[in-house]
Amino acid sequence: MTKPIVDARAIHKHFGALHVLKGVDLRVAERELVFVIGPSGSGKSTLLRCLNRLEEPSSGSIVVDGIDMLDPRTDINHARQRIGMVFQSFNLYPHMTALGNVTLALRKVAGKSRAEADRLGHAALERVGLADRAEHTPGQLSGGQQQRVAIARSIALEPRVMLFDEPTSALDPELVGSVLEVMRSLRESGMTMIVVSHEMGFARNAADRVVFMDDGLIVEQGPPAAIFETPTHERTRAFIGQIQRH
Amino acid sequence: MIQTFFNIEIIAAAWPIVLSGLLNTILLSLIVVPLGLFGGLILALLASVKNPLVRWPLMAWVDFFRAFPPLVLLILLFAGLPFAGLELGGFACVAIAFFLNTGAYYGEIFRAGIDSVPAGQVEAGRSTGLSRLQAMGYIVLPQAVRNVLPDLLSNTLEVVKLTSLGSVVAVPELLYQARQAQSLTYNPTPIVVAAIIYFLMLWPLVRLLSRLENRALAGRR
Ligand SMILES: Nc1ncnc2c1ncn2[C@@H]1O[C@H](COP(=O)(O)OP(=O)(O)OP(=O)(O)O)[C@@H](O)[C@H]1O
Ligand SMILES: [Mg+2]
Repeated sequence: MTKPIVDARAIHKHFGALHVLKGVDLRVAERELVFVIGPSGSGKSTLLRCLNRLEEPSSGSIVVDGIDMLDPRTDINHARQRIGMVFQSFNLYPHMTALGNVTLALRKVAGKSRAEADRLGHAALERVGLADRAEHTPGQLSGGQQQRVAIARSIALEPRVMLFDEPTSALDPELVGSVLEVMRSLRESGMTMIVVSHEMGFARNAADRVVFMDDGLIVEQGPPAAIFETPTHERTRAFIGQIQRH
Repeated sequence: MIQTFFNIEIIAAAWPIVLSGLLNTILLSLIVVPLGLFGGLILALLASVKNPLVRWPLMAWVDFFRAFPPLVLLILLFAGLPFAGLELGGFACVAIAFFLNTGAYYGEIFRAGIDSVPAGQVEAGRSTGLSRLQAMGYIVLPQAVRNVLPDLLSNTLEVVKLTSLGSVVAVPELLYQARQAQSLTYNPTPIVVAAIIYFLMLWPLVRLLSRLENRALAGRR
C-alpha cells in the first residue's frame, strides 16, 4: 500500500471494565472504499468514532491525512473538518433548514462568509440531488432525503475521508437506494470511504476491501469476493452465512 | 358594597400611586427576569461540565436556593446584611434574592432542556469541527429552549407574581403602593384595583402558556 491516508495502529478502547477494541490495526489507502462488517457489539461504531476522536481511544495511534489525531497539540476541530461522518440516525439539526445544516460548519469552522457558504452549500445539496430542498427543514424531508442532506453537510467541507456508520439502517427499504446512489457517486469522485453497513450488495460491487470484525478485533479482511465466497475463519463463515440467510 | 370595594372616587385619588406601583413592578420584572435567565443559563452551562469539582458544588447551590423560601431569603438579605456592615436598598435585595432563587429554578429548566437534546446532535456538530461551545450555542441551546419554552414561561409568571414580595422590604411596587393608597384612603379599593391589574397583566401570559402547553402535547403525540 502506498502511504495510507488513514493509519490506525493497535487501537484499544475500554469502557470501564469493558474491553471493546482489543488492538485494531486499520490502514486505508487514498480513494479506497473499505467496508466494515461484523456482529452487533463487535466494536465497529466504536472504531469509527475513535478515528475522528468522538471517542477517546485508550491506547494506540491514529494518523489521518498526516495529522496525528491523538497528539494533544493537534487542533482537533481543524482536523475533524477533513473527516466527514454520517450517522445511522442522520442527526440533522431539526431547527435549521437543509441549507442551514450544510452551511453551519462552513461558516463557523471553515470561516466562509454567508454568501460563500450558501454557494458551497447549494453545490453540496446539488451533488446529493436535493438542490430543490434547500429551504426545507429536516421534518419536511423523507429519511432518505435527510440522510443525503447529512452527507451534503459532510462533503461541503471537502473532507479527505468519509466515515459512514450504518447510513441506511434506519431507512425504509425503498429509500435505501437513493442514499447508496449518492455514496456510489462519491466513490466515483475518488472519495476515501470507510463504511460500516449490512448492505452486502453494495459491498460486493463498490468495496475494494471488506473487513470483518468480531469481539473487538479484525478477524479477517480481503476483497469482497474472497470474504463473501471463501472466508477462511470459522467466525467469518458463520457471520456471512447468517446475514445471507436474511 | 360597590362603594366599599370599587369606589370610583377613591380609584381616581389612588390612581397615580397605584400606577407608579405598576411601573415599578414592570421595571422590577424587567430586571429580575433577565437576571434570573442569565444566572440560570450560566448554572446550566456549568452543569454540562462533567468535572465533579464543578458539578457537586453546583448541585448543592441549586438545591439550596430552590429549597430556601424566597421571602425568608429576601428578609435575610434586607435585615441581616446590615449587621455585616452591608446596607443594600430594598430594590437591590430583591434583585439579589431573585437572582439566587429564580436563577436556580431557571437553571434547572435550562438543564432539563439541554438534557432533552439527543447526544447525536452534538456529535454531528463536533464531527464537522465545531467546538464544544459552538455546538452548545448553535445546536443544543436553540433546541433546548424550544423544548422547555412552556416551563420557562411558567417560571417567568411565578417570578412576576413574586415581585410582590418586594412590598415586604418597602420596594414601591404595585402591591406596596396599593397598600399605601389603602391606608391613605381608609378603603380597600386600591387593593382590588391592584388585583385586577395583576390579573390583566398576567392573564395574556397564562393564555400563551396554555397554548404552548397544548402545542407541546400535540407535538409529543
Ligand atoms: N459509550 C459507551 N459506554 C459504554 N459501553 C459502550 C459505549 N459505546 C459502546 N459501548 C459498548 O461497546 C461495545 C461495542 O459497541 P459498538 O457500538 O462499537 O458495536 P457495533 O459493532 O457498532 O454494534 P452494532 O452493530 O450493534 O452497531 C458494545 O458492547 C457496547 O455496548
Ligand atoms: Mg454500531
